Amino acid sequence: MRNLSSYEDLTAGFEWTIAERELGYTKGATLNIGWMCSDRICAMGLAGKAALIWEDHQGNQKRYTYDELRLLSDAIAEFLIGLGVQPGERVCLFMDRIPELYIGFLGILKMGGIAQPLFSAFGDESLFVRLKDAGTAAIITQKKHALKVRKIREQLPELRSTIVVDAGDAPLPPGEVAMRMERLPKPVNFEIHPTTAESPSVLHYTSGTTGQPKGVQHVHYSIISQYLTAKWVLDFQPDDIYWCNADPGWVTGTSYGIIGPWSNGITQVVLDSGFSAERWYQFIAKQRVTVWYSAPTAIRLLMKEGAETVKRNDLSCLRHLASVGEPLNAEAVIWGEQVFGKPFHDTFWQTETGCIVITNLPGMPIKPGSMGRPFPGIMATVLNTKTYEPIQETGLAGLIALRPGWPSQVRTYWKNEAGFKAKFKNGWYLCGDRASIDSDGYFWFMGRDDDVINTGGHLVGPFEIESALLEHPAVAESAAVAKPDPVNMEVVKAFVTLKKGFKPSDDLELEIMNRIRKRLSPLAMPQEIEFVDSLPKTRSGKIVRRVLRCKEFGEPVGDLSTIMEE
Amino acid sequence: MDELTKVIRDYVVKEYLEEGDDREVTETSPLITGGIVDSFSMVSLKRFLEKKYAIQIPDDQATPDAFDSVQRIAALVRRFQQK
Repeated sequence: MRNLSSYEDLTAGFEWTIAERELGYTKGATLNIGWMCSDRICAMGLAGKAALIWEDHQGNQKRYTYDELRLLSDAIAEFLIGLGVQPGERVCLFMDRIPELYIGFLGILKMGGIAQPLFSAFGDESLFVRLKDAGTAAIITQKKHALKVRKIREQLPELRSTIVVDAGDAPLPPGEVAMRMERLPKPVNFEIHPTTAESPSVLHYTSGTTGQPKGVQHVHYSIISQYLTAKWVLDFQPDDIYWCNADPGWVTGTSYGIIGPWSNGITQVVLDSGFSAERWYQFIAKQRVTVWYSAPTAIRLLMKEGAETVKRNDLSCLRHLASVGEPLNAEAVIWGEQVFGKPFHDTFWQTETGCIVITNLPGMPIKPGSMGRPFPGIMATVLNTKTYEPIQETGLAGLIALRPGWPSQVRTYWKNEAGFKAKFKNGWYLCGDRASIDSDGYFWFMGRDDDVINTGGHLVGPFEIESALLEHPAVAESAAVAKPDPVNMEVVKAFVTLKKGFKPSDDLELEIMNRIRKRLSPLAMPQEIEFVDSLPKTRSGKIVRRVLRCKEFGEPVGDLSTIMEE
Repeated sequence: MDELTKVIRDYVVKEYLEEGDDREVTETSPLITGGIVDSFSMVSLKRFLEKKYAIQIPDDQATPDAFDSVQRIAALVRRFQQK
């Protein structure tokens, strides 16, 4: 691959200043991701280059050059200022994968706001929890999703504006305002807010074992790692056509679905469509995609469809494949090689890291099933679970830990500094995952170290699901755990005890499932509910999810004496 | 529209669209690719069909493609009703 020399050469003497130099950033100067991804690319002589080619499920297409990206993001920034949104305020993006989502992200950053992207399939309860916590001032959404916002609006006094991008001509209720991106006046010489390296930029919400989701606070300096990891791991070349499957409601969709490609001046394509193997292959062939960043769940769904569907389309355009979200199993790597003639390169990172931290770099020998090796500049290890000291022996499982200090590292959890500090032990940041390291320095994923459920590459917190389950009139107690799944790696399974007067039934199970799906999200919906007489508890009455989880995975529960005494 | 198709369509509208969402769902509207039902939500839709029509749809037949329209879902249900 053209961007890289050997792994050893890259890591020796690596400094993040490589990215600073390439981006023209000097310490102490203003730094704005919105400007970096649009105006700077235009100033490099690429104003006419396609930045975004968007297509919906019916094949309707829109195309935007970098100059249009610059002008439209300026226009959105000015529109927000006109609504009274102040620098530092949170502006939520709650949309399907439409152009306004991608361009609006840059617009928010340009006016100094903090972009808060949320997955558009979230139900009103999930939305409410995250908007309330962030004290969100404005939300940009579509007509169909504004219906969810209306349900919770009165309970969110800080939410001043709901901006609807496809409102049509019908009048909107008070507090809602229409914004037709293409019709916005284009400001002349828009003055980008002078953010600096440590100015807050993006607030992504992620789930933990306890409590409600946490707001992961990133800053504009994150672009340093996002730019370079995108360039090296995804091996961007100037003429590439890049497709990232991820939704910008999640961190992959912003770090590598917006900032990574556009800071590199790459043309990216977006397909706003649900999963269909045939449709995806047709899209790759039609758009002549060269670099494809996908996810194990999607790859396993494609595997299920078989190689015949692949053969019906000319996919010879594909040059480099990568994957993120959950561990990529060896079979998927090998399958990629068989049907596309090249393997998927697994990458490991999370919302808090902001960028890829362990990876199979292009040109590096791939060990199918391995996460790869630390990206240059990232010091990674596995720690003993009791002493939090690095494990020296190869092949022994420990906690994946990173030495803090890379540019896109989370700066804090929103209004939760204590929760943030709890992520560090002995000077290491703990990712919450377990792995081992082999004699060549490759990491091998073993599983989560907590009760968080990784379903289809998305982390779902059991607490949020259990709280929603308890709101059902029939539910007395609940526990949500991971259950193994051949496609999504894990899915949610709920264990429920019922109140007096209620009996288990298929109807009740379906009713509860649909309730969670609508209140929280399809990801959080238990795919199975087991009605039980009682749940395993500690002496003080705390539910021990570990017992239930181990049962699902067929693993030994181990010594519970300490836990049960709690 | 026959009874089976109508029941499925009405269920999709009731359960998968927000109240007040005026999007029209016809027999051929794309459900999965159109973003109305996703692969996770398919599980509850499948559960509804199995219960309502006393059938078992094997997981390998419950594909996004088979669930991509009311028409296709109805065809799937009919196939298993005949078995």
